[in-house]
Amino acid sequence: MNLAALTIEHMYIVFIAILISVAVGIALGVIAYWVRIADKFILWTVEILQTIPSLALLAMLMILFGLGNVTMIVGLVLYALMPITRNTHTGLSDVSPFIKDAAKGMGMTRLQRLIKVELPLAFPLIFSGIKIALVNSLSIAVMGVLIGAGGLGYPIYRGIQTLNMKLILSGAIPVVLMALVFDFFMSKIERRLLRRA
Amino acid sequence: MSWIEFAQKNQTLMLDCLVRHIELVCFSVAAGMIISIPLGIFLSRYRKLANPVLSLAGLIQTIPGLVMLGIALVFLGIGMFPALVVLTLYALLPILRNTYTGITEVDKSLIEAARGIGMTGAQILFKVELPLALSSIISGIRISTVYIVSWATLAGLNGAGGLGDLIWTGLATYNSTYILAGAIPSAIMALVFSGLIGIVKRLLTPRGLREVRV
Repeated sequence: MNLAALTIEHMYIVFIAILISVAVGIALGVIAYWVRIADKFILWTVEILQTIPSLALLAMLMILFGLGNVTMIVGLVLYALMPITRNTHTGLSDVSPFIKDAAKGMGMTRLQRLIKVELPLAFPLIFSGIKIALVNSLSIAVMGVLIGAGGLGYPIYRGIQTLNMKLILSGAIPVVLMALVFDFFMSKIERRLLRRA
Repeated sequence: MSWIEFAQKNQTLMLDCLVRHIELVCFSVAAGMIISIPLGIFLSRYRKLANPVLSLAGLIQTIPGLVMLGIALVFLGIGMFPALVVLTLYALLPILRNTYTGITEVDKSLIEAARGIGMTGAQILFKVELPLALSSIISGIRISTVYIVSWATLAGLNGAGGLGDLIWTGLATYNSTYILAGAIPSAIMALVFSGLIGIVKRLLTPRGLREVRV
């Protein structure tokens, strides 16, 4: 059992999941912002997904997708949607109406306004959503071991089953360290983005 | 719909798991409140201590639930007690943070006005600060409760019972009926608790402080 390989696999699962949820989450946030009727429904749905207990969600996904990394990635994506979608929606809605009006007055289309004006201004808030999603995902990904996915959950669960404290910690310490390191650096970037905004 | 049939056939088992799950959630959230609210008030009086204490609580929160329950299993053994200890630890941070920010964000001029009309420190706390911080504190309790419903399913690992037991059994035997019989009620329970606390929050908020709907 190679700890480095497990750590890399853990990060790989989390990163793929975050990439997908950034794409889906921002898209949902934009839809919620553009289509007024849909916003309550979309925000409500992602919030409910977040509320479902992780063990329950993963176990149900396992019935659908079988054992393996794919199931874990789907589960992480569903969990990571909430912070990203909500922050995208809030960020876009909070852009000053004067700026939106100015962009409209310059003859920008809806899509141009979104890409050139609104998204850049909302980015600091979207970024903090991504940070929350990433840090949470790192710790939820530990449960992957229960549904046949790889990563650092493996030594942890092995340790629990054999009541071996050393084994538990050999998996837990890298997970917590990763979460703290990502949290630290992304908070720094976040602060810099906010200051510029 | 086979899990519904399963639930009907095993009514006592389902009921036991459900009741145990609610017990785990209520006890640990209550313990979390008893520790966190006074601690939050204390920190708002000694603000220099706030940062280290909140960071420590934040650190606990980053430890994955499976790990904490595993550690509790090694040191405290099997049963409801180790699970309650771990769940209480997880319940602390949201309530603590929201109590602290709720109280520190109370408008300074209001506190001064209260002092001006001759209120004592305790009166200011109970009649001015806490009512104004209430909605923030209850939001913290809501976040904690939703987390705890989720982590309590993991407590099946410690032999603490609850709906998690059914999910664990289902995972171990690859039996989807068991999985659904545990997963669906626990998902519903999280939503119901969250909704109920939302209603309590609205009822407890003084009318003048309710959000104006535009």
